[in-house]
Amino acid sequence: MDIVLQQLVNGLTLGSVYGLIAIGYTMVYGIIGMINFAHGDVYMVSSYITAIAIALISALLTFLGFESFLVVIIGTLFLTIVVTGAYGWVIERVAYRPLRNSSRLAVLISAIGMSLILQNYVQLSQGANQQGVPTMLTGALRFHVGDGFVQITYMKVFILIAAFAGMGILTYVIQKTKLGRMCRATQQDRKMASILGIDTDKIISTVFVIGATMAALAGVLITLDYGAFDFYIGFIIGIKAFTAAVLGGIGSLPGAMLGGLILGLSEALFAGLISSDYKDVFSFSLLVLILIIRPSGLLGKPEVEKV
Amino acid sequence: MSQSVGINFKKSSIDALIAGFMALILFGPIVGVVLDGYSFNAEFDKVAWMVLVVIIGRFAMSSFFQTEKGIAMAFRYANSNDGATVLPPGHKSKMVWIIPLVIAIGLLVPFIASKYVLTVVILGLIYVLLGLGLNIVVGLAGLLDLGFVGFYAIGAYGLALGYENLGLGFWSMLPIAALMAAIAGAILGFPVLRMHGDYLAIVTLGFGEIIRLVLTNWASFTHGPNGVSAPMPTFFGLEFTRRSRDGSTFHEFFNIPYDSAYRYMFIYIVLFAVVWAVLFIKHRLVKMPIGRAWEALREDEIACRSLGLNHVLVKLSAFMLGASTGGLAGVFFATYQGFVNPSSFTFFESALILAIVVLGGMGSTLGVVIAAFCLTVLPEMLREFAEYRVLMFGILMVVMMIWKPRGIVRVTRTGFAARKGVVK
Repeated sequence: MDIVLQQLVNGLTLGSVYGLIAIGYTMVYGIIGMINFAHGDVYMVSSYITAIAIALISALLTFLGFESFLVVIIGTLFLTIVVTGAYGWVIERVAYRPLRNSSRLAVLISAIGMSLILQNYVQLSQGANQQGVPTMLTGALRFHVGDGFVQITYMKVFILIAAFAGMGILTYVIQKTKLGRMCRATQQDRKMASILGIDTDKIISTVFVIGATMAALAGVLITLDYGAFDFYIGFIIGIKAFTAAVLGGIGSLPGAMLGGLILGLSEALFAGLISSDYKDVFSFSLLVLILIIRPSGLLGKPEVEKV
Repeated sequence: MSQSVGINFKKSSIDALIAGFMALILFGPIVGVVLDGYSFNAEFDKVAWMVLVVIIGRFAMSSFFQTEKGIAMAFRYANSNDGATVLPPGHKSKMVWIIPLVIAIGLLVPFIASKYVLTVVILGLIYVLLGLGLNIVVGLAGLLDLGFVGFYAIGAYGLALGYENLGLGFWSMLPIAALMAAIAGAILGFPVLRMHGDYLAIVTLGFGEIIRLVLTNWASFTHGPNGVSAPMPTFFGLEFTRRSRDGSTFHEFFNIPYDSAYRYMFIYIVLFAVVWAVLFIKHRLVKMPIGRAWEALREDEIACRSLGLNHVLVKLSAFMLGASTGGLAGVFFATYQGFVNPSSFTFFESALILAIVVLGGMGSTLGVVIAAFCLTVLPEMLREFAEYRVLMFGILMVVMMIWKPRGIVRVTRTGFAARKGVVK
């Protein structure tokens, strides 16, 4: 019983992070109908920037002679989000915008190329070894359940709060602000939106930046929790987040969050109860199954192919 | 376009400054601050150089695209998407001598080349085979398959495990592996091919990863990351070893001194023959109705379906043919290495094969052969740049998609002329 509860807690935090990354896939797919294959690697870049920001800010604080967890966290979040957002913008500008009117195959291949570039670029500049960050937040809440206990580290609590805050802010921006209205209009009908005076190129760039920002938030949270990362992590987590996006219905924002949570929970339960060696196989198989049985996902609308 | 255009240097400078600023944000942390444990080493001079290069490059590009030539070029990029170059009817290629020449040179290679060169060329030919297989799927049928390495792995592990468990050798596994890969292609393809093209890419990617993860984790059967040894090919039962367990080896039978290169020579000749057979089959298939159907489906699926093509069967045939070619390549890879383990079948391998197809030209056979050799033999020769290999592939894929989405070698077709006596 305690194992199930513990895995549910782990799955919830993991799932909320999957949800954050899935937002990037789902928004980009919704607006220009492409799978941003490099999104997982944007997340990977954000992990590196997190570690770099922590190292820089800690060095600065030591130089100034005081220590503060809050300053480090806020500074790291700010730096990581700004730099990763810039990556999102530049990737769109360089690899996708020149292909706006090309075939879908061409855009997808370009995205795969971008993914390889990011991986190798980080590997060349930071080295192929695994990197890490120091543990910043220690301690945990413990609940006794029967004979065992369930442990929720403060870090996991922090992840949950930050992830849901990020999703909440994004939902507010998309639903209530002028920018969000412009995004939704462009998603529904790009040509019509541009006729009505929306600079759709700018909106597409904005969507890439939003996706990268959410990936950056996820990168900071996961890096702080796990501590270790390398240049190859973007690939697996990218496919999983994509699975989450498809599970929830690609193109749907609440769907991405829901899909992330369901995937995180089911994966954690599978790892805890059946086999942790095959948990990636489980996620990939889930993806294949969803695409075969219900390609429009849980909250998505079926796509109508038009000539 | 006709009026003369001056270069607006102010615009170029602003473009260059913005690019430089972005480069500073991008490269600053990742290149400039190299993590070292929990602290870091600053390498800001590298960043300065990179930013400088970006500024100069952007300035030059911005200026160039304001000249008449640049505008014409940009216009051409935006509109360069036609299918094939059509030659006049009755066109006879002047290059008929090239195929016999290539065959002659190819047959000479094992006798003049050193063992090292021979192994590199064998690797190149294996990638030619892989490229040809994927070219049917991606180039002709337009189905983006990112898990092609899965079929390659099925072929390679088929040989290794078939030998270990069932005692099957190279010659019996060659057709069986092709069949196994084709069946795997059908099992994967049948449910998947009804879906949207992008989803297909992700599902095949997942399939390739599942194969690799199973090979890694199912240690009792596949020996996990340690790998399995694969048998060498035999020449009518004669082995290419110094001493045989059965008593008959190649060099003893022909009474020649033992040389470890004989094995590679033999693999090379068999592989060479198989590559030509695949080339020939593919060449014929493209001219047959099924090949035309693949290409038509690639260009417009909805139109094809309304004309009554069974899109699932047409796609499935392409998928299975491609997969079986991948399986063949896997058998050769296993016997060439004498050993297989899961680390040879990562996503990078799929990306490399895709890069071959993309660079060579979607659907162009000649292009794929040239690209396969360029992408496998060049990195062998330029060892000191080996670590930049993946970066180059990535840049190549992006640039090719923007510059020439149909690849370097364009597909050509002989034009169609009405027969005599047919009313025009």
